Amino acid sequence: MTVASFFDSMDYAPSTEDDTSARQWLAAHEGRFGHFIGGSFTAPADGFDTQEPATGKRLATVSQGRAQDVDSAIAAARKAQKSWAALPGHERALKLYALARIIQRNARILSVVEALDNGKPIREARDIDIPLAARHFYHHAGWAQLQDSEFPGYDPVGVIGQVIPWNFPFLMLAWKVAPALALGNTVVLKPAEATPLTALLFAELAQAAGLPDGVLNIVTGDGETGALIAANEGIDKVAFTGSTEVGRKIREATAGSGKSLTLELGGKSPFIVCDDADLDAAVEGVVDAMWFNQGQVCCAGSRLIVQEGVAEDFHARLAARMKTLRIGASLDKTIDMGAIIDSTQRDRIAGMVDRAVAAGATLVQAEMSPPEGGSYYPPTVLQNIPATCEAATEEIFGPVAVSMTFRTPAEAIQLANHSRYGLAASIWSENVNLALDLAAKVQAGIVWVNCTNVMDAGVGFGGVKESGFGREGGREGCFDYLKPRAFAKATERKPAQAAKAKGFALDTVDRTAKFYIGGKQARPDGGHAQPVVGDKGEVLGEVGVGNRKDIRNAVEAATGAASWGSKTQHNRAQILYYMGENLSARAEEFADRLRAQTGVKSDKARAEVAAAVSRLFSYGAWADKYEGVVHMPPMRGLALAVPEAIGVAGVICPEESPLLGFISTTAPLIATGNRVVAVASEAHPLSATDFYQVLETSDVPAGVFNIVTGSAETLGAELAKHNGVDTVWAFGSRQLSETVERLSTGNLKRVFTDYGRAWDWTTPEAEGALFLRQATQVKNIWVPYGE
Amino acid sequence: MSQTAALPEVTAPAEGHARNPGLPLDLSLVESVRVNTSASERRAAALPGRRAVKGDAQSAWLLKAVTCIDLTTLNGDDTEGRVRRLCAKAIQPVRPDLLAALGMQDHRITTGAICVYHRFVATAVDALQGSGIPVAAVSTGFPAGLSPHATKLAEIEASVKDGAEEIDIVITREHVLTGNWQALYDEMHEYRAACGDAHVKAILATGDLKTLRNVAKASLVCMMAGADFIKTSTGKEGVNATLPVSLTMVRAIRQYQEMTGIKVGYKPAGGVSKAKDVLTYLALMKEELGHDWLQPDLFRIGASSLLGDIERQLEHRVTGAYSAARRHPIG
Repeated sequence: MTVASFFDSMDYAPSTEDDTSARQWLAAHEGRFGHFIGGSFTAPADGFDTQEPATGKRLATVSQGRAQDVDSAIAAARKAQKSWAALPGHERALKLYALARIIQRNARILSVVEALDNGKPIREARDIDIPLAARHFYHHAGWAQLQDSEFPGYDPVGVIGQVIPWNFPFLMLAWKVAPALALGNTVVLKPAEATPLTALLFAELAQAAGLPDGVLNIVTGDGETGALIAANEGIDKVAFTGSTEVGRKIREATAGSGKSLTLELGGKSPFIVCDDADLDAAVEGVVDAMWFNQGQVCCAGSRLIVQEGVAEDFHARLAARMKTLRIGASLDKTIDMGAIIDSTQRDRIAGMVDRAVAAGATLVQAEMSPPEGGSYYPPTVLQNIPATCEAATEEIFGPVAVSMTFRTPAEAIQLANHSRYGLAASIWSENVNLALDLAAKVQAGIVWVNCTNVMDAGVGFGGVKESGFGREGGREGCFDYLKPRAFAKATERKPAQAAKAKGFALDTVDRTAKFYIGGKQARPDGGHAQPVVGDKGEVLGEVGVGNRKDIRNAVEAATGAASWGSKTQHNRAQILYYMGENLSARAEEFADRLRAQTGVKSDKARAEVAAAVSRLFSYGAWADKYEGVVHMPPMRGLALAVPEAIGVAGVICPEESPLLGFISTTAPLIATGNRVVAVASEAHPLSATDFYQVLETSDVPAGVFNIVTGSAETLGAELAKHNGVDTVWAFGSRQLSETVERLSTGNLKRVFTDYGRAWDWTTPEAEGALFLRQATQVKNIWVPYGE
Repeated sequence: MSQTAALPEVTAPAEGHARNPGLPLDLSLVESVRVNTSASERRAAALPGRRAVKGDAQSAWLLKAVTCIDLTTLNGDDTEGRVRRLCAKAIQPVRPDLLAALGMQDHRITTGAICVYHRFVATAVDALQGSGIPVAAVSTGFPAGLSPHATKLAEIEASVKDGAEEIDIVITREHVLTGNWQALYDEMHEYRAACGDAHVKAILATGDLKTLRNVAKASLVCMMAGADFIKTSTGKEGVNATLPVSLTMVRAIRQYQEMTGIKVGYKPAGGVSKAKDVLTYLALMKEELGHDWLQPDLFRIGASSLLGDIERQLEHRVTGAYSAARRHPIG
């Protein structure tokens, strides 16, 4: 090609980023790396190669992390954690600031190594991944600085095991490491098998920036290494980003261990185009949603849901736009898309597309002539995809969007929410009323209005439903790396010692409490009842023995009461106050019942009733005051962090404090718009069953508050297994917490448990923010504006 | 004035695409305009990073840009001498030794046009005789466009009579700002008729229109009224050509082409003063409209200082040493 020929063709010429310094860095290590443990690199050991997806050539060999490597990394992190946490926030802020700065100073080599190792376009690594990673360290340096004033009453969790994916190797490292270190934790991080290099480079930079030994440890390896980290007793929390399948395994492996867990998993995020959208902008949105990072993005807007009247126009514009996309080697600065991570993944994508086409989808694919040797796959849209097709429901994790049409906004929401996943959503409309209405109704942790795949360190990122739990970024993300100090004092819950039955109390009319389901008292499905024995051995009455069908019925009632979540906060507050009022009116009766059940002295019994009334008032108060925040990401616009109800909550109420414990674990859920299926204190259920009459007189809509009695273990297991239950709160034995966490994997429901360590329900810490946070999940709605 | 008045007959110029005959005013098309500003800005911001143009391709692209420049002087102190000097530069915008070093000595590299006020049209026509370079006249009460309507039409006719082959008219911004699309259409339509065979470029003065929606609507109305080119600015507004405005206008051009099959040209003016910027503009045209809009019959750049920067970049490419303005003939 000459100047003259370019003058005629006006073609682009390949423009390749210089990779000299990256290659020199690899050469300086002779292409072999050990682990980074306790401030130094171990000798390179047996391991595996990491390749350049753009060419298939070997880049380096890294070590396979074995049990002893994981153990020594965790030991190093443990050793460093106390003194790291003990540093004043300002000192930790200085270190994080230094990490941010050193990332910026080395942005070029980090970008090039990232692009080489991952196959992504250098433009994305250079303009998006690395600057955003630096921004995470800056932002979280700020949280370290402000930790004492902003998070009083919270301590760091301790040693964190972090396992990250190959799609954004360095950015995911930053998302995990920055908040963990900022808040006083230490880290053992395993980068993805396919993309370990920037993590190793960062280890060197962190050392140069003066990060104390052991605060950050990097162990390379495959999934087995990750499993060793997750299962290790020496860690206090696992933070995982990756596939839903592996997320489930980690949930099972950590069940009952007391380890904190956050999972950022897969998605099949809707991309809704309304008929009043700027269609050209929406088309460009698909480019950002689907062909950013070759579509290997957990929050990719991979389900195009387009209003029927504009679908033809939209797809014509999209098909035209696809023709100008350029695919090529990662270091070429004239491309939109690079290579898929490896040929296995490429073949998996191709297989899913082939099967979708065979099932009747219309294939729209850009013609590409990618370089030889790499694992490339062209930008693809599967139009008119049958809803039953695997490609329509499962994550493809490649540059493939599927599309379907809708008629009305309500149908758009129905299609969007009809998914196991709930990570992100993108909404395109020039009508602010419509856009925000859809944003409120779509089930997702992140909603982008007229934009997509925008992220910031100050705005929480994370999903709902089977896309995982926990948030990364912003204040909401900080809490995932903190634990409440008050809870540290909790001691092992002692099982209630039921006295031996000595016969019926003579002064009561025989009463058998039924269940309270769907606003009515319901007999147990199994037809079994069991006696409730009082403190002195007298039988106080009988309660039903609930089974899985009773749970099914209660969950069905709760599911049907979904409108509770859309009632006004004022309305919910009123009902909670009303419950308080009606409980107060029966205070003596409830106090007597507490005394009879537990033998507590009457002043203490009265105090517990009074505390329960107060707690109902507290949550009535919170109902219209538990608000979101407006984040200020670096853009012209707002990010609205809105706490939303999780949905249907199963609650295993604590044995102790039969009334106050019951109220303390249900009222925060009710106040925030969830519906509850509560399992009453197993030993002392009558305070909960007596509460039916309070519910019946307090205008609580049917199905919002359901109560079942019986075995905590049995009913807890049923609630945990039920895929229509969105969260389970388990305040029982340590075994119960293990059961519930292990069985929660069906729909990856959120579990809030005290791991068998009893709270003191009378303390101020037993109400308020901690419980409200557990009762909600933050949805971040990005609303760029400007005319 | 009727919106269905007969439009000038379509003539096919040598470049091989038909002149825009216009359409009756379709108000529903205007009302259907949707432009999301933040999304437009995002696309504009990402484009330069997606399309680096380096090496020989860069030299070729910069020379192409030269051929698309409307080399412009529009100042109160313009004189015949000044205009003749500029015309000489238009005929030989790049030093012959540089063209030779780039292997481009056989290509006739001139600017796309010379752009002056009416007073200097005859001068420029004379100075450019035999060069094939057309003279463009700014007109219709440029830059504010608030002269009496009859005066504006007379101004166009006078410039055409003096030999201007292109007329850069300014629209009455009031019509856009008050949503009076019929008035805008009628005005543009009459300007087009007054131009006769001369091509008409409609200057929207996007810096005055302020919003991208206004820009998109005004673009469509002017195209429906028969504009051969739509152009951003007079160079006298507070904000001149920007990438988001350009994106909006070229998307309107694409929409018009999809509707009619007619290709309307685009001219950013003011604000494109660096070689690096013009590469981005060329990439924008290529990406959004395609190869046809990389030629002077469909793409012009209104600029005065851009050429100097391109000359310096070309010399740098040839010699490896950074250049200086004084090493290139003054324009």
